[in-house]
Formats: sequence, structure tokens, C-alpha cells
Amino acid sequence: MSDWYRDFANSGVGTTITKQLGLPRPAVLRRHEPGQPLLPGPAVVGSAGEGRLRDELTRLLKDDGVTVVSPVTVDGGTDGDRLAAVLLDATGLTGPADLAAAHDFLAPAVKRLAPSGRVLVLADPPADAASPAQAAARQALDGLVRSLAKELRGGSTANLVQVPLGAEASLAGPVRFFLSGRAAYVDGQVLTVTAADVPAGQDRDRPLTGKVAVVTGAARGIGAAIARVLSRDGAHVVAVDVPAAGEQLAQVANEIGGTAVALDITGTDAGTRLAQQLIARHGGVDVVVHNAGITRDKLLVNMDAARWNSVLAVNLQAQLDITQALLDTEGALKPGARVISVSSQSGIAGNRGQTNYAASKAGIIGMVRAWAPAFAERGATINAVAPGFIVTEMTAKMPLGTREVGSRLNSLQQGGLPVDVAETIAFLAQPDSAGVNGQVVRVCGQSVLGA
Amino acid sequence: MAAQTRKAAIVGGNRIPFARSNGAYARASNQDMLTATLDGLVARFGLQGEQVGEVVAGAVLKHARDFNLTREAVLGSRLSAATPAYDVQQACGTGLEAAVLVANKIALGQIESGIAGGTDTTSDAPVAVNEDLRRVLMEVNRAKTVQQRLKALAGLRPGQLAPEIPRNAEPRTGLAMGDHAAITAAEWEIGRQEQDELTVRSHQALAAAYDRGFFDDLVTPFLGLSRDANLRPDTSGEKLAKLKPVFGQGEGATMTAGNSTPLTDGASAVLLASDEWAAEHDLPVLAHLVDAQTAAVDYVHGGEGLLMAPAYAVPVLLARNGLSLQDFDFYEVHEAFASTVLATLKAWESPAFCKEKLGLDAPLGSIDRSKLNVNGSSLAAGHPFAATGGRIVATLAKLLHEAGPGKRGLISICAAGGQGVVAILES
Repeated sequence: MSDWYRDFANSGVGTTITKQLGLPRPAVLRRHEPGQPLLPGPAVVGSAGEGRLRDELTRLLKDDGVTVVSPVTVDGGTDGDRLAAVLLDATGLTGPADLAAAHDFLAPAVKRLAPSGRVLVLADPPADAASPAQAAARQALDGLVRSLAKELRGGSTANLVQVPLGAEASLAGPVRFFLSGRAAYVDGQVLTVTAADVPAGQDRDRPLTGKVAVVTGAARGIGAAIARVLSRDGAHVVAVDVPAAGEQLAQVANEIGGTAVALDITGTDAGTRLAQQLIARHGGVDVVVHNAGITRDKLLVNMDAARWNSVLAVNLQAQLDITQALLDTEGALKPGARVISVSSQSGIAGNRGQTNYAASKAGIIGMVRAWAPAFAERGATINAVAPGFIVTEMTAKMPLGTREVGSRLNSLQQGGLPVDVAETIAFLAQPDSAGVNGQVVRVCGQSVLGA
Repeated sequence: MAAQTRKAAIVGGNRIPFARSNGAYARASNQDMLTATLDGLVARFGLQGEQVGEVVAGAVLKHARDFNLTREAVLGSRLSAATPAYDVQQACGTGLEAAVLVANKIALGQIESGIAGGTDTTSDAPVAVNEDLRRVLMEVNRAKTVQQRLKALAGLRPGQLAPEIPRNAEPRTGLAMGDHAAITAAEWEIGRQEQDELTVRSHQALAAAYDRGFFDDLVTPFLGLSRDANLRPDTSGEKLAKLKPVFGQGEGATMTAGNSTPLTDGASAVLLASDEWAAEHDLPVLAHLVDAQTAAVDYVHGGEGLLMAPAYAVPVLLARNGLSLQDFDFYEVHEAFASTVLATLKAWESPAFCKEKLGLDAPLGSIDRSKLNVNGSSLAAGHPFAATGGRIVATLAKLLHEAGPGKRGLISICAAGGQGVVAILES
């Protein structure tokens, strides 16, 4: 499952050839490893207009041991150090004229961005704007960031975080995530935070210490990667999969010191059975990851009821039923619980031959958005993650041409790894992500599909 | 030692699906199967790195190199390497006997937790060298000079190359177990049709239990198999009636490949503990092992059937616990052969047998057949000798747990050598 083309493009002769021919040159992405510093180099924080977050961002970076250089040094360009991250506080925008300041700050800074660098823009949501001009300026950032993300090379990413007034306390977790190696394959995204009670004192290396996490579809592929990452971050993982996958499921559970539960999630009493086991064996659950999913591809006109029904039952109805059962069973969801559903790029962009699959995955997005306010009321969150082209055993079986083209159709010019999806889920599961609710985070390297 | 004894709790179990001989597990060894079974149990109950009090298991068909089979399986598993283990072997009673041994140490307070199990393969069975060849080779080994060595080697003959393959036969009678069972079936006048009916019920009950997810937390798939390979949910009386008898002779032969268990490969394990240990680990208590009994009969000269020992063990166990045969909610009578189950039940109903052989004033009586092997038994699941006890203990414990507190179950397992192991579980 290695990316032979990426390896070739990064080899000595490969670099020369791909440069000469103008071929894509996918980078080796900076991915998270425990104990790693937040950033491998210095960061610069600038602002457009009189923003309210600049000092806060600088303090946050310094807390994490990041050297923060001033924009002046950047402009001078005498300093040999390349920048690991460029942060723009755009909360001071009043109208389109202020955007010139954004350009003035970003252009020289981005020029000096190191490989796997990060551009992160923070702004207020356009919907909260005081005037059409202000809304226009805020919305303009969307186009700016998405375009910049497409211009960046060398594994660098650009993302936008919208911070409403009063939600400043929710910022630290998402900022750390986007700057870190955990967000290696998250590019060109807009995330909106909300005001929430963010607990203090999260363990940086093991943010899920003492938490119980249940992961469905955990026997292989992305599900197994999610189980491993949640366990690495300190959680006890209850790994769920269909009884027939029990052998691999036991191996995953044993590898990470978790618990294996063989369960058909479409069973009528599956939610209640799971809730009761979680209460009896683990005193409830902190993190629920709805990952189990199946595909039964056919063009709509050729699709029989069995294909349609099984995909909707596993991918969507089971998520609704199990979540409802956990909500209804006293003590099943612990305070501050996190529910994370795995959606898909197909659910956003659609995909030929996948009317059933895309319907189920789009349905998930509707589900998390509708449930978010009720979850917020109990101090919990519910979010979705939408993977793009992720290299798994399944994609390894695709024809070479389709696979190669499919994996390059994004700004990072490569397929993501299961661990990239898992890292984003682990981020949403953290206590620090209390202010991220009802969001859909795409893990797609800024795919051209459905962008 | 503890002043008072306590009843050991059955926390749960795990087994791999049973495969027909030379089928899915043809290349798996006893150690492979037992290790996979332990690992499935570890994964189910989160026991990675846990030091369990003791692991007790065994195999009936065992290679000489597997002298420490269970300990080796523990070392290959995810349990703590500081977990002690030992092997036992009591033919088909091995698995249940292992559970009794673990339960007894828990009852005495010598251990807080333990795993009982068993494994058997007829596909990877030990093959020994011919007895004549073995003597020659031992003589060569003892020789001190070249001359002596050559002299010993001169004893070699081509016929000695034929290996000794283990047979499913009694050493003292030379009869296959099925032939012995056929004698008993004829003696007790067990009809072909009732044997086939019991067989059909076993297959249907096992299939239904799988379908309702009963085995989801009792079985872990292995080598591509997720249900017992011997299971035939669509079998019927008509289909079974077409089979030719394979045991017994002449017109009166009733035992076929359908109503007898096939040679099977597989392994099982049961987690037992004190109530305290289970509570500390947030693990359930499905049932308790109340009491157990073994018995043996003289099938060589005494005129008793090879597989009739449980008929003798049960009344002893009932008397000691002040129970009647009817005081149970479930009966698990190992289906070595359909005729064995039927002969045992008939013996308990027989005033003559109960008086003359068991010394009882009145017969034990009949049981409610709807409580017998309700989730199928060995005829459907198959019977890897040492693994059957673990399968039955875990299945019955879960059945009792589902039925609610205060329910009682009886296990009866016959074994080669004219032996039997029986036990009572209670939820």
C-alpha cells in the first residue's frame, strides 16, 4: 500500500525527472508522533484589522514551546529559518478594504513557509457580521484560504477557523490540531467553533487518558487505525465488529489492550446490548465512533432493494439507533461524551454507482447537524468526519490507473492514510474539542471532488 | 488455606468454531488452536497482560513434544507470561475435568481466577514409529561401540517403516468407540428413528442459536471459519434415514455417520473466578459451578457399556446435593452418539437398572426433553474430544444467566476408558 509514485518523486533522480516534466510532486507529509513538538520550527502571527485573538494565539504557541517571530522579521527575509506556521488573526475585518492587510501579511510569510507548513486563518463567522460589507470581507477569507491551499506545495496546508464572539475559549484545541501533524491530510477546510466549557489540564501526549471509547467496524482498515490511535492517546477501546470478523477483531483488541465485542450493529437490540455492556463492564462510554460501513455499488437503475437496504441499514440507520439507545440508557453516555460519525466524500460530492452509499453518508451529515444542539445541552458533542481518497486494502484492489488518478485529485497530490482519518477523530474526541459541535471535517487533502 | 470454601464463578468462555477433520484446520496444531482460543478470550474480557491464577487444559491426541502444551499456549498468548499452567487428560472428559480442577482451587481460595480449556485435532494427530522400529532405535541409542551399534542396526526390517497411527479404539477391547456404543444401543433397544430425531433437533437448535446471536460472545472465528463446519441446518429425518449404518452389525445396526459425531478439530476455554475477582474486573458472573462427580465402569469384563459411566455419576451427585433428576432447568448431555444420550436417559428411567446397578429404591425418572441440549450439542457442533467440556460449560452458563438467577443446569459427559464426568451449574 506504499505510494510508489510519491517515493519516486522524492528520490534523487525522481526529483529531477518530475521537475523537468512538470509532473505532480507529492510530499512526504509530517504526521504526528507522540512526544513530537507542536511545530518543527518557528511560527509567525499577524493580523488584518484590530483583531482580538492575536495575543491569545501568541501565548498559546509559546505555551507549546513554539518560537514566535514577528512579521517584520518575515518581511525582511534575512533570517534563514523557514516558518513552520503562519497564523492570521482576521477577527478585526470591517470591510473588503481590510483584506489588503491580510494579503500584505500572508504573501511574504507564505513565501518562507517550510515543507509541511501550516497556514491558519482565524475569523468571525460571516453570519454574525454587523454589516454586508463586513460579511463580505469575512466570506472572502473562504475563497482566499481555499485558493491558497491549492497553491501551497511541499505538504503544506491552509485552513480557516471561524470563532464567534464569546467562543475564544474553544479555540486552543482546534488551533493545536491544525498546526500539528495530526492534521497532515486536512486541507482547505473551514471549521466553526462554538462557546463551550472547555475542561482545563488536558494531557498533551495522552489526551484521552481514562476515557472509554467504542469503535464500530474496528477489525480492519480505517476502523482498526481509529482504535489504535484512540488507544495511543490513552483511551480504553471497546472494539466492535460483526461476529464473522471476530478473529481480526480479537487481534486488534489484543494489540491495543482493548476489549473485543462481536455485534451485528443492525440487530434490533444492538444498541441496548451495547449500552448495557458498556455500563456493566466500563461504567459507560466517553467516545463513540460510528465507523462501520459497507458498499454495495451499482448504478441506480440496476440496484436491487437488497443493495439499497443493507447499505442504508448499516451506514445510517444503525448509527441513529445506537446513538439513540445510548442517549436513552441512563448512565451509558458519560458527561462530556463525544460522538463521531464517519461520513464520506461521496456523501458530499456524490459518486457514480454509489447512490445508496452517498445517500447514507450524506444522511450522516444531516444527523450530526440536527443532533448537535441537544448534545451541546448535555455538554457533549457530535461531529462527522468525511474521508476522501484513503489508501486501504479496499483501494489497493482498484485498477492502477483509477487508483493513481483518484489519489492525485487533491491539493496534496496523494491519497491519505487511515491514520489521518483516525487522528481527526481523535482530535474531535479530546476534552479540548468541547467547542467543536455539529461540524463535518473533511480529511481529503482538499479533494477537487465536492470542494 | 481458606477456612470456608466458596463456589467458583463462570465469567464467560470462548471457542473457535469446530472444523471437520482435515477441513479448515487441517494444518493447525493443538497449540495453534489453544493459543488462538486463549487470545479470543483475552480480547473478549480485556485480559491482556493479566496474570491469571492458573490455566488448565489438555488434548486427548497429543504429540510427545506437547508435554507442556497449555503452558506453551499461554506463553504464545497475550496473557502475562507469569501465568502458570498445567495439562490434564481424561479423554472426552478433559475439558470438564479441567473446569472442575480450576473451580476447586478457586473454591479453596488457592487461586482467584483461572482458565479451563481443551483442544484436539484429528488432522494434525501424532504419528509414532512402529513399536519394533522404536525398540531398534532405542537399542542403537544405548550402544556404546561401533560394533554394538551395527549389531543393533542389523535388526532393522522394511516392515518396521509402517507408522503407528492413533485409532479411535479402546486399547483393551480393540473395538472402536462407535462399536461399543452400538452394543449399548442394541442392549437398550435404541431405535434408528429416535436417534435421527435427536440429531435433527441438535442441528436445528445449534443453527437457531447462531442465528439469534447466542454465540456472538462465545465463539471467535478462526482460519476463515465462523460457524461449526459440521452444522447442517437443513438436515432432516428423511435425509438422515438414507444413511447406511457404520457401527454395529446386521439388521439391527442403527448408528450412522449422521447420528454419530464426526472426527473434529477445535479448542475451547472457560474463564472462572471468585465473585470478588469478577467484581474487581467489572466482569459478569454467568453462573457458579456447584459440584461435580466422576465415575467409571468396567466395560471390559463387567458387562457395562463403555459410555455409561455418567449414568452412575449423576445419582451420586444428585444425592450429595439433595436434588432429584427433575430439579434442573437445562440438561447438557454430551452427544457422543445420539444413542448414547438416549441410552443414558433410558437407564435413568429403568427401575431395574436403577435398582440393580445404581442401588436405588426408585428410578431417577425421565426428564423434560424440551430442556435437553436446547442450543444443540456435539452431533451438530462436532466433538474435538478435549474441547467439548469447555463448549458445554460456557454454553450452559450463558443459558442459565439468560434465564435469570436461581436456575440450575446438569452436565453429563461420557469418556473413553469407561469414564464419565458430570457437574451442576447454577445461576
